[in-house]
Amino acid sequence: MRKTNNIILETAVKVLLFFIALYSVYIFTAGHYYPGGGFIGGLMTAGAIVLLLITYDIKTVTKILPVNYRILTAIGLLFAIGTSAGSLIYDLPFLTHAFGDVHLPLLGELSIHTATLFDLGVYFVVVGVTMTIIQTIGEDE
Amino acid sequence: MLSIWKRGLLSNVSVIIDFFIGFFILVGSLFCLIATIGVIRLPDVYTRNHAASKAATLGVMSILLGTFLYFYALEGHFNSRLILGIVFLFMTSPISGHLINRAAYNSGVKLWDKSVRDDLKEYNKKVLEKSSVD
Repeated sequence: MRKTNNIILETAVKVLLFFIALYSVYIFTAGHYYPGGGFIGGLMTAGAIVLLLITYDIKTVTKILPVNYRILTAIGLLFAIGTSAGSLIYDLPFLTHAFGDVHLPLLGELSIHTATLFDLGVYFVVVGVTMTIIQTIGEDE
Repeated sequence: MLSIWKRGLLSNVSVIIDFFIGFFILVGSLFCLIATIGVIRLPDVYTRNHAASKAATLGVMSILLGTFLYFYALEGHFNSRLILGIVFLFMTSPISGHLINRAAYNSGVKLWDKSVRDDLKEYNKKVLEKSSVD
């Protein structure tokens, strides 16, 4: 059996992957003011990884992105629980989010809302769950 | 520039822009219609795919360009997502056409009866003979 020559798809995916990844990050960060958010951004990131899976095989993709997606899901849930339960320390109801100016070492003064961290948790959970489903179906022989 | 248009001082320029917006959207939808007619009328998978992947790509691209011009000229909103969409479609649509065509050929879909050349068949035969010699 001859191996099929996939050079057109492989070359195109190398370029297209950056477009999709960039757009998914844009969708994620613009979620507060425009349509978008953690769910759609996560689905689009998972779509980019699925495009890699279609082009290459499952072993190559795990070599490129050595991520355990079940742990990623757990980290995402931890983000969501942590940002929701953090308000309990300040004697406020569960899921009360805070807003404030934070001084970060590289980026300087930034105004950050904790809802973004909650959204980051949603993003990780969506990427993790989608990739777990697709990889477990794909590995089945 | 945009504020000048809004005050109506350069109204002939805005008419030209209006013309281009309408032109791009109408021509794009016409191309899509032609692509659809081609998919219905043409005889086999390969010619249908030719019609669909070429004409529909150009049609959707010019509709997106018309939309971009509309929002830029009339609302003053530079929508970079539409440009990204144009570039993305231009890159992906021919590749998907190529992959569909190749999948059809490899799974043994026949060419149209009146087609005269099939270079890939001869090439595949040659490669198969070579590999059996090795």
